[in-house]
Amino acid sequence: MEVACLQRRFIDLTATIFQQEILDSQFTQLQQLQDESSPNFIHEVVSLFFQEAEKLLNELSKALDQQIVDFKKVDAHVHRLKGSSASIGARRVKDVCIAFRSCCEENNKDGCIQHLQQVNQEYYLVKSNLEDLLKLEKQILASGGSIPTMK
Amino acid sequence: MAMERGGKSAGGEPHVLAVDDSSVDRAVIASVLRSSKYRVTAVDSGKRALELLGLETDVNMIITDYWMPEMTGYELLKKVKESSELKQIPVVIMSSENVPNRISRCLEEGAEDFLLKPIQPSDVSRLCSRVLR
Repeated sequence: MEVACLQRRFIDLTATIFQQEILDSQFTQLQQLQDESSPNFIHEVVSLFFQEAEKLLNELSKALDQQIVDFKKVDAHVHRLKGSSASIGARRVKDVCIAFRSCCEENNKDGCIQHLQQVNQEYYLVKSNLEDLLKLEKQILASGGSIPTMK
Repeated sequence: MAMERGGKSAGGEPHVLAVDDSSVDRAVIASVLRSSKYRVTAVDSGKRALELLGLETDVNMIITDYWMPEMTGYELLKKVKESSELKQIPVVIMSSENVPNRISRCLEEGAEDFLLKPIQPSDVSRLCSRVLR
């Protein structure tokens, strides 16, 4: 595919992602840390986020499946997920985590289960968007083009 | 020749020890520090931090997350400040929660500064220029 076309798709996808607040300015800050001395930084930190998030979502599912829910444990996992999603700029995941924590504080099992569903949805949304974005970047660079800088 | 604690590493750049149980945050803080040309060692717990501090004498600053399992950043700060060998190393605490009591407790215990997460590269660069000048 032509470089210009790939670049156009990249710009459009980035605009959508930010308009829908799937990612926020924290992600842009991280992109600025990627340079010649750490050319794979975004790929690395995104991979770590995926690993950490999926592990936590798994733990949350197990914890909420128990007869007697340990809300402190659930809260600790949500706190971790909130932290790493905030650090990468995964805004919507972070926002659901904030609401999720309120349910933990209230020992509200149904509320927690609902929020787990929501956070799973938001996580898979940000994951697929990040994967698409990184794939486009790779294709642009492989075609000899440069990544458009977004304002 | 006596080894001086806090002296610069062989390459001349300051050595920062970053402590955080989140692999994402460790990667971010390490990248921010390296982009400012600091040498970074990143560990995932207070226990590992103390082990490293016992072995290496050239750590110029510690930047640690507050909320970690087993040993909090506050507990790590206390141990550092109680040690005659480590107490002069500046310690910065990071937290995702803006809890005034927590912040003042850390500062009273001798923390150099308190940073709110998510970590902003500009805050870290500014802080390091001040602490590691």
